Formats: sequence, C-alpha cells, structure tokens
Amino acid sequence: MNALIPLPVIVPLLGAALCVVAARARMVQRVISLAALTSNVVVSIILFIRVDDDGMAVTQAGGWKAPLGITLAVDRLAAVMLVVSSLMLLWVLVYAIGQGAEESRFAAFNPVYLVLAAGVSASFITGDLFNLFVAFEMMLVASYVLLTLGGRPGQVRSGMSYVVISLIASTFFITALALIYAATGTVNMAELAERTPELSSGVRTGFSLLLIAVFGVKAGLFPLFFWLPDSYPTAPGAITAVFAGLLTKVGVYAIIRSQTLLFPPDAQQGTLLLVVAGLTMVVGVLGAIAQDDLRRMLSFHIVSHIGYMIFGLALFTLAGIAGAVFYVVHHIVVKTALFLVVGLVEWHAGSDRLSRVGGIVRSAPMIAVLFAFPALSIAGLPPFSGFVGKFALVGAGIESSEWVIVAVSLLVSLLTIYVMVRIWSNVFWGEAEDAQVEARMESEAGRVPWVMSAATSVVVAMSLLLMVFAGPLYSFAERTAADLLKPEQYVETVLRGGS
Amino acid sequence: MSVLLAFGCAVLFATGTWMLLQRRLSRILIGVGLMGHGANILLLTSGGEGGESPIIGTAPAADFSDPLPQALALTSIVITFGVTAFLLALGYRSWKITHDDVVEDDVEDRFIASRWSSDQIVEESREAEREQAADEDRL
Repeated sequence: MNALIPLPVIVPLLGAALCVVAARARMVQRVISLAALTSNVVVSIILFIRVDDDGMAVTQAGGWKAPLGITLAVDRLAAVMLVVSSLMLLWVLVYAIGQGAEESRFAAFNPVYLVLAAGVSASFITGDLFNLFVAFEMMLVASYVLLTLGGRPGQVRSGMSYVVISLIASTFFITALALIYAATGTVNMAELAERTPELSSGVRTGFSLLLIAVFGVKAGLFPLFFWLPDSYPTAPGAITAVFAGLLTKVGVYAIIRSQTLLFPPDAQQGTLLLVVAGLTMVVGVLGAIAQDDLRRMLSFHIVSHIGYMIFGLALFTLAGIAGAVFYVVHHIVVKTALFLVVGLVEWHAGSDRLSRVGGIVRSAPMIAVLFAFPALSIAGLPPFSGFVGKFALVGAGIESSEWVIVAVSLLVSLLTIYVMVRIWSNVFWGEAEDAQVEARMESEAGRVPWVMSAATSVVVAMSLLLMVFAGPLYSFAERTAADLLKPEQYVETVLRGGS
Repeated sequence: MSVLLAFGCAVLFATGTWMLLQRRLSRILIGVGLMGHGANILLLTSGGEGGESPIIGTAPAADFSDPLPQALALTSIVITFGVTAFLLALGYRSWKITHDDVVEDDVEDRFIASRWSSDQIVEESREAEREQAADEDRL
C-alpha cells in the first residue's frame, strides 16, 4: 500500500507533462486530465480506507531513512483531505469542460490545473516542512496562472496583489524555515516534533507565531485575509470554485498540522487563535453583508467560515479538533457547490450582481434547487451537514467554557442566514431589474449546458451525502482528532517505522 | 563572516520592505527580489559555520559545511526566479493595458463603501494612485 502514497502527486504531474505535449489536441488533453484526476480519486479512497483500518502509512522518497530523506506520510487527516480534494478537483474540471470558456480557449488550462492538483495533494501528504513549502509553491504558481488566464484588466490588477502577497508569505515561510533549521537542525516534521520541546519557550512561541502568520495568509485569517475577496472573484468561474473550496483549506490544514504536531501544549497558541477566530468570523460575515456582487459576497463568506475551523482547533480538545476536521470537510464540499451554482447563475443571467439579477426561481427552478441545499447547509440549518459541524463546535466550546467565542459563533450563524436569505430574495425571487439580464434569461443563450448542471448536481449530491453519513464521518473526525492530540504515534511511525 | 552575512541579510530585508511599499509594480518586484535574497542568505547561514565542500572523499567529514541549507536555498532561488519572471510578465501585461504599472486599489471596495457613482470612484482612485506613484518617482 505504501507504494500508493506518492501517486496523488506523481500522476497529475505526469498528466500535466503529457497535456503540454498534446497542447494542440484539446480532446486528448481532456481525456488525460480526467484520467489523472480519476486515478487520484481512486488512490485517495484506497488510502483512506486502509489508513482508517490499519493506521497511518509512511514512505520515504528515494528510500532514504526518515530524517535524511523526504518523508511522505498519510494519516487520517491527510487521507480525508486527499479524498475530498480529489473529488472536488475532478468535478470542477468536468464543470470547466462543460462551460468551455477558459478551458477550451487556452491550451495551458489543463496542464496548469493538474499541477494545482499535484500541489494540493503534495501539501497533504508531505511530512517535511521544506517540502510543504515546495508543495505550496507548486499550488500557488498554478493558481497565479489560472487566476490571470484571461489577461483581462481586472485579472491583471487583482493578480498583481495576489501574487505579491503570496510571494511575501512565501518569503516569510523561507525565513521561518531558516530559523527553525538553525535552532533544531532539521526540517522533518516528525524529528522537529521531538526537538521543539528542547528549545526555550520563547523561541518555541516565536516559531509557532511565525508559522501561524505564514499559513494564516494562505488560509485567510483576520487580519491577513484582505487579498482574498479582492482576487478570487476575478478568476474564471470554475477556477473560483476550486480556489474557494480548496486553497484556503490547505492553509487551514497546515495550521492544524503544525500546531498539533510540531509544538508542545505550552507553545500552542490557544487564546490567540480563539481571538483571531472570533474576529475572522465577524469581519468576514460583515464584509459579506455589504457586497453587491455574488462572488465577492461568498468570498467574504469563506473568510468568515475559516474562523469556525480555527475556533475548533484553538480549543485543543478532542471535541474541538473533531469539530474542526468535520467542518473543514463539510466546508470544502459545500463552498465548492455554492460557487459552482454562482457560475450557473452567471451563465443563465449574464451577471452576478444582486442588484441586476432576479426571478431565477421561475426561469430556472433547477438552479434555485441546486443553490438551496448548500445554502441551507452553510447557514447551519438542521438536518444539513453545516448544522452537525456547528453543533459539534458549539458543543466543544461549551465543554471548554469558552462562552465568548460560542456566543460570537452563534451570532455569526444568524448573520450567515441573513446573507443567504439576502442572496435568495434578490437573485431567486423578485424580478430581474435589468433588461439585458431579463432578455438573456428568456433567450436560448441563457440555457445552462447540461454538463455544467450535471457536475454541479454531483457536488450538491455529495454535500447531501455528508448529511446522510454525518454520524460515521463525525466518529471518523473524532478518531482523527485523537490521532492529532497524540503526535507521539505519528513521530514513532515516521522515524522508526512502526507503532 | 556570520556577522557580515547577518548584517547583509538585515539590509536586504530593510530595503526590500521599503521597495514593497511603493506603488509601481517594477519597484515592488525589486523589493520582493531583495527580500527573497535576504531570506535565502538567512537560509544559507542557518547551516552554521562554512567548511569544505561536502563531497565524500575530498576532506574529513567533520570539516564539511552543512549541505542541506545549500540545497534548500537553491530550491528556493529557483522558485523565486520563476515567480519573479511571472510577475514581470504580469507587469508587462499591465503596461500594455494601461500604459502604466501602478498597482491599483480594489475599486469595488470603495464603491461598496460609498455606494456612489462607480465611474466617478474609478476615475478618482486612478487619479490618486497615479499622483502617489508620480510623487514616489520624484524621490
């Protein structure tokens, strides 16, 4: 089984190379990309099942023993992230092919998309801090290209700030790596976990804060999120869905991994993270309320929900981390679904402005249904998966007597419902307030291609499956949290190859 | 030697930060480059004292300098190089579109803040940015 571990990185990279060779034949590119991503889904599911049954799987790239070589490790957290991310990447690609916009216009789309997939997988399976940097860069460089693919003025403008901010975060990551290596003499995460307790507490806290800042930029934490609602909406439709669903969550994954594995409890920034989580939730949702553009609204909304995940982590209890893991999985699927639906709305009405669109319930009831399920789920209404996630987090907060953050999270939940209701009443009810929009909605051009609707339906169906299987998924999240709170086992398996 | 490198690193970070705070992408790029160099030097010094080149058989192993930070620095140089090239292309694109490489503010933000006529906001914010960039050019 261990031979499977590198495949989610290698297969998309090979696919990307083949796609470059087949640059002139779009059909060949599509077959290659779909095959590579399907293979990722299969491999991830096999890994997920095996890891959940037999414990974590480790392989050393090139056969060099742990602290020397590059460690690739899949534990429960990495396995579940791999499964969800590979499923989302596959269906968003199907959607992009159906949409035919950037995907059919640019030969670069398919190869770059596969590099993005490889970068995301590599971030999850790496057991080496420097390799995490490389994986991040792979993912980010691919995202720069995808974000600016059309070369429109808006894309160039937001692309500049996005690239520069990511570059600064990467520079800080290098700085953090240099300091950590100078202090401990290793960048292997398992070996680092053994050495950080030997450092003085000041140095340890410094490293912990530095890594939170670096990953916080990527995750979109307050006050480092400002680039996110500016740049995501300008990306091509399908790409925004992947960015929104996956990229921020890779940052969250890195925060969860580094805080639980690398640092002993006294260097874990519980209180700081709680404050940051609360502010992230409130600022994000207030930003969302103010917007007029559907995609910007949902982009602010991502920020707000990152706060929930960090809230769960910041408790550093079994229930808290389990809630955070559940919430990450739920949010990836639901947010991707919402953005795909926004793409449908845009296709159907030719605009995504609340002030212009209206009355989609009558002209395209299918889109309204597809929006309703994930919207209710993200607002946290029972029985949807968002309710289970929020219920778990609030329960964990009450258990730890963190009353303020519990109150904040409930308030933000209410505001989230308000945001969703505002979208619903403006976009789906009422009348279109713009003649152009109205004409498009009634004409043949406003008919959404079936591949796009089908791909969106699949993702929405997955979000409903999360609701049906919430019980097993939550107990899985609890097992994951138990693993994360006992990092000794991770260290033991990586360094000495057995538990 | 280490003191000199540490000093150089500090200077690079300081000048890099200054350049990053400018309006024009060409200057920001230089800033990013300088900061990247600073980080790479920091990475290089993290291996401790320099020594013989770490090739087995050429010197006793105890005299070797640590090869790992060198490998890491090399990787990060390559990555920074690639991204810088991409940024340059982006700057060129921006110049072709607007005949300028001023990094513009997010207009939608201001629009939301005031709910005013959006065209006017766009014009005013562009104007202010150009003036700021021109001020910086004079420095």
